[in-house]
Amino acid sequence: MRGPRVTEILSTIAESGEGTPPARLCAECLAALPVSGVAVALMTADGPSGVVLAATDGRARQLEELQFALGEGPCAAASGSGRPVLQPDLTAVGSARWSRFDAAALAAGVRAIFAFPLRVGAIRVGVLDLYRDTAGPLTDLDLADALAFAEAATVMVLHLQDHDEHGAANAALDGPIDSQAVVHQATGMLTIQLGIGLDEALLRLRAYAYATGQTVSVVAADVVDRRLSFDDNESGATGQGWS
Amino acid sequence: MTSREQLLASTFVSLADTLVADFDIVDFLHTLATRSVELLDADAAGIMLADQRGALRLMASSAEEARLLELYELQNNQGPCLDCFRSGRPVARDDLPAMRTSWPAFTDQLQGFGFHSAQALPMRLRAETVGALNLFRLKPGRLTDADLSIGQAMADVATVGLIQERAIATGEQLATQLQTALNSRVQLEQAKGVLAQRAGLHMDEAFQVMRAYARGHNRRLSDVAAQIIDGTLDDDHVRKGSRTRPGVPPRT
Repeated sequence: MRGPRVTEILSTIAESGEGTPPARLCAECLAALPVSGVAVALMTADGPSGVVLAATDGRARQLEELQFALGEGPCAAASGSGRPVLQPDLTAVGSARWSRFDAAALAAGVRAIFAFPLRVGAIRVGVLDLYRDTAGPLTDLDLADALAFAEAATVMVLHLQDHDEHGAANAALDGPIDSQAVVHQATGMLTIQLGIGLDEALLRLRAYAYATGQTVSVVAADVVDRRLSFDDNESGATGQGWS
Repeated sequence: MTSREQLLASTFVSLADTLVADFDIVDFLHTLATRSVELLDADAAGIMLADQRGALRLMASSAEEARLLELYELQNNQGPCLDCFRSGRPVARDDLPAMRTSWPAFTDQLQGFGFHSAQALPMRLRAETVGALNLFRLKPGRLTDADLSIGQAMADVATVGLIQERAIATGEQLATQLQTALNSRVQLEQAKGVLAQRAGLHMDEAFQVMRAYARGHNRRLSDVAAQIIDGTLDDDHVRKGSRTRPGVPPRT
């Protein structure tokens, strides 16, 4: 089982250390994998947001910003399709997928790019991009580790959003994304109740759980069973219709 | 051929069809779960895959009632699915007392839902176990050996189905496939919630409506789910469309 790895990554970056949690995650990822640079960027439903949360070096940051400026590149493709984009050799025949971006990456000395989508169902949270100066694929083990870093990054970004939206850290950076079906069902219901997107609906659901001292899945079950509705009050943080 | 043999043959033919087409993994696994119940002496079937954390997550069930889904998720603590995933071998018990000895809390819940037997078959790819096929029965006891062989064959086909030919050609590896499949399932749950709220449906009804619409219009279930979420497919249309005959194009 690969399970403990995500938890291990999260606990490492949650410990106090140099830089922000995203910077620590990128640094850990760089140390663990045979790559030259790592960056985490936020995404929206429309594509790159232009926000680079962290990058291990100036070049990795510039390549993220370039994808936003050009409106093309592996990170947008990975986030949009929900599948990793693995380009082990940018110079290989037929591998050029984004002419302007690929040319800029090659000019910057990058030979391989591996982009991993950070997604929760249809919610596009961000992307984890790995850059390398030499060509060659990731091994199965490295790929599994990169996916673990991508999941840890997804958890981290969701927690950061909680923090930003509600003024205080709502939970420790150690819990997994709630995987129960009911959480995702309730998220879908809230988008209609509140007229908001899935990403904000998930935040509202989590914020309500933290504010009322319940687990997210318990609150979600109340929503799905129609015991709790968010549409009959302004804040959405005080549920009505409890039975 | 007996009718069962015919159904079995047609199941594998239709599975082979989906392997070459641009198929939808959640829909494909749902078909397998449904056919498992039709072909085997089981009353409910579910397919669970392990995620990056090694947690078992439901990909498809023969029925989508909330209580049944809970029964699958419970097995992250104890139950035949968990034991099967950990050992990579089929897991079954002879009767309820034996089940209760192994999985006391799970067996209580299982009985609460009216079932008297649960067992699991591994989904293996080479040396790695990626998940398990879970089979529930109203009657106590194990499946027959004949049923078990057929069940294992279906679990093997399900595993092969996870690895698309196209994906292998582009160098995509198993871990990537699994992650993408699990995320499709999350998206499906989100779409169920959107449709259930908009149309005043239960979650299982929302699923049935979406699936009937996808079938009737030759659409991938994942694409229908994505369109329900982004609002480009309105629920009146989906609900009406789910009752039209196959081949009728969507009215967009």
